[in-house]
Amino acid sequence: MDSMAGNKPTVVWLLNISVIALTLLWLFPTLGLFVSSFRTSEQITASGWWSAMFPAEQTVQLRVLDPDDNRIETSAGVFIVEGSVFETEELSEVGIDSWGTSSRALDAYGPGDTADLGDGETMTLNADGRYVWQGDDDQISGRAQRLFINATVPPEFTLDNYHQVLLDEQNSEGMSKAFFNTLTVVIPATIIPILIAAFAAYALAWMEFPGRALLVATVVGLLVVPLQLALIPLLSLHVGAMELLTSVMGPVDEGSRLTGTNWFGDLFGMSEGDKIAGKGYFGVWLAHTGFGLPLAIYLLRNYMVGLPRDIIENARVDGATEFQIFTKIILPLSFPALASFAIFQFLWTWNDLLVALVFLIDSSGNTTVMTKQIVELLGTRGGDWEILATSAFVSIAVPLLVFFAMQKYLVRGLLAGSVK
Amino acid sequence: MHPAVLGLITIIIGVGGCVGYFYGANVFLDKVLYPAKGPNAGRNINRANMIRPWIFLGPAIVALGLYLAYPVVATLILSFQDGTSGPTRGDFVGFENYGKMFAEPKFWEAMRNNVLWLTVVPASATAFGLLAAQLTDRLSWGNVSKSIIFMPMAISFVGAAVIFKLVYEARPEDVAQIGILNHLYLLSGGAEPQQWLTIPFWNSFFLMAVLIWIQTGFAMVILSAALRGIPEETIEAAIIDGANPFQIFFRIKIPQIMGTIVVVWTTITIATLKVFDIVFAMTNGQWETQVLANYMYDKLFRALDWGMGSASAMIIMLLVTPILVWNVYNARKEMR
Repeated sequence: MDSMAGNKPTVVWLLNISVIALTLLWLFPTLGLFVSSFRTSEQITASGWWSAMFPAEQTVQLRVLDPDDNRIETSAGVFIVEGSVFETEELSEVGIDSWGTSSRALDAYGPGDTADLGDGETMTLNADGRYVWQGDDDQISGRAQRLFINATVPPEFTLDNYHQVLLDEQNSEGMSKAFFNTLTVVIPATIIPILIAAFAAYALAWMEFPGRALLVATVVGLLVVPLQLALIPLLSLHVGAMELLTSVMGPVDEGSRLTGTNWFGDLFGMSEGDKIAGKGYFGVWLAHTGFGLPLAIYLLRNYMVGLPRDIIENARVDGATEFQIFTKIILPLSFPALASFAIFQFLWTWNDLLVALVFLIDSSGNTTVMTKQIVELLGTRGGDWEILATSAFVSIAVPLLVFFAMQKYLVRGLLAGSVK
Repeated sequence: MHPAVLGLITIIIGVGGCVGYFYGANVFLDKVLYPAKGPNAGRNINRANMIRPWIFLGPAIVALGLYLAYPVVATLILSFQDGTSGPTRGDFVGFENYGKMFAEPKFWEAMRNNVLWLTVVPASATAFGLLAAQLTDRLSWGNVSKSIIFMPMAISFVGAAVIFKLVYEARPEDVAQIGILNHLYLLSGGAEPQQWLTIPFWNSFFLMAVLIWIQTGFAMVILSAALRGIPEETIEAAIIDGANPFQIFFRIKIPQIMGTIVVVWTTITIATLKVFDIVFAMTNGQWETQVLANYMYDKLFRALDWGMGSASAMIIMLLVTPILVWNVYNARKEMR
């Protein structure tokens, strides 16, 4: 490729610049959210996030020290008041760009200049913040002189938003409960399909039995069946299963054994808040398992078919059972494919909204997940960007970490199974 | 109890049950049902080996059948039944649900938007992906750039919705704009800040931008691998024949990766067809941005009409079917 006609300096420059532009275009939206999550609500509404990373121009209005208490007579009839603007709280050690003495001309003078206030009254402000106000007895008395200082304030970030969203126990809109609920959904919903799919993929790849080809074709077909199709029948299926269970174990209302323990209720969808029974962790795991399986079987089977035949046949000759071959040889060798699918399924279940809405979240809100929580916030706190940005970033931080840590496997998996 | 402890217990039960099944079933088969010893050892091993595939496949077949195959049939049946009473099954009403749906302007709005999405998103994402793949492959720092373009893959649709709501945010004219799009719009001479998501027709494109932003990374990764797989000789031969970089790209490279482009295109098409979260979180179908998946959710959980919900789900299925057939056909061809 080096010999291509693209090595002229201008072309290389153009190439670099266009890639930089494309990359920034893709990075900017996320960056905006990230930066906003570290700003206070005042800062967010005062200026765009892109100006938050640079020192900001700010005009501070203050008065010099009270002349009646602080004036010094330097010579006959000449009084001065001296002090430093940095003694006031809101203006600590910033660079003074310009200053003025009247609200009509805020940037009339630069640091070090002396302002003529008329009739020999002067005001001098230096870059180090020290000022000298000079005039006669009349002028240096009564109300202190006003100063308008245009200063460059360094960027300021805060962790308060994260504290409020994650750690504040009083905050009913916080993310900590939703975070644990999401984890409770995600971990089994990732591990169970891997287990089931690994066994199935091995059978489809290395065992001889009638109907194998048909099963493989079915799996490929099911890869693209839209999730939406499954919602209604499965919800009624879960409701039916729930009714069956309660008819065996006693009605929900009386069966305090079931409703009393909230955890059990959450698991099977029998909490008191359930309008539609059957919404629970168990249902959502099964749903994620079902929806993730086609891709899992497809990916793993394709990988396992490529494993060397000799190893498996040697093991068979040596008297290993199929179960031993699977657990001792196939599983360790298939690690890359397992990792690829695990990342897919993890990202998909972590980021899912629809399945959780339909199969998990009931009216009690005990089992809400992070995506749902954010949609709620979008509705109720639409303008409070500090809360929205922080909550959203909390929910995308974990997938981003996984993404950057395991990118290699993700790419490999994509290349192997780019059908879904 | 702390939610973390409860979560942990739930996780152990779920995963433990699964491991227990596979281990237990195999032990049962080998030790109890057909032990590989005694007078019938040989016959027992054969029998066990006939049953074992079904033990391995069992949970997968049950889960696939129950969670994907059965619903296709059940939804079809439900779409012909009266579903206004929610979960309880109603009478057979023929095509009435479809008739009611076709009479709704909101449905046709969803159809129109879905067609728009299906034309714009796969095309743009594939084009951007191809561009990114081609450009970054030739830079020393291309991998960093690739990581960043690929990153939105990991971000949820809901997270992306929040991210882009901030991009599209509009403030009154006299205060500082905090949405970067309005900021740039005013800088480039726009008269007043725009509520981007409420402008009918064009707002769909602002929603599509979110999905394009997410899917481009996927297209880039796949196409980049395909570009690298092109035999060097074909490119060298073209250079010797005096082809310029554009000719090399469009006449030599693109035809050789056409198969991959089609796969990427169809994959993104399926993702686009199912798009729900973005519309749900950003506009909820208001301002003429309805799409089929959200329309279906509306019918199912807001109107509580399970019949019409099923009918709209069948429409989505119908649109996917050509791709499904094509995939199965290709897979069978490969296996032979």
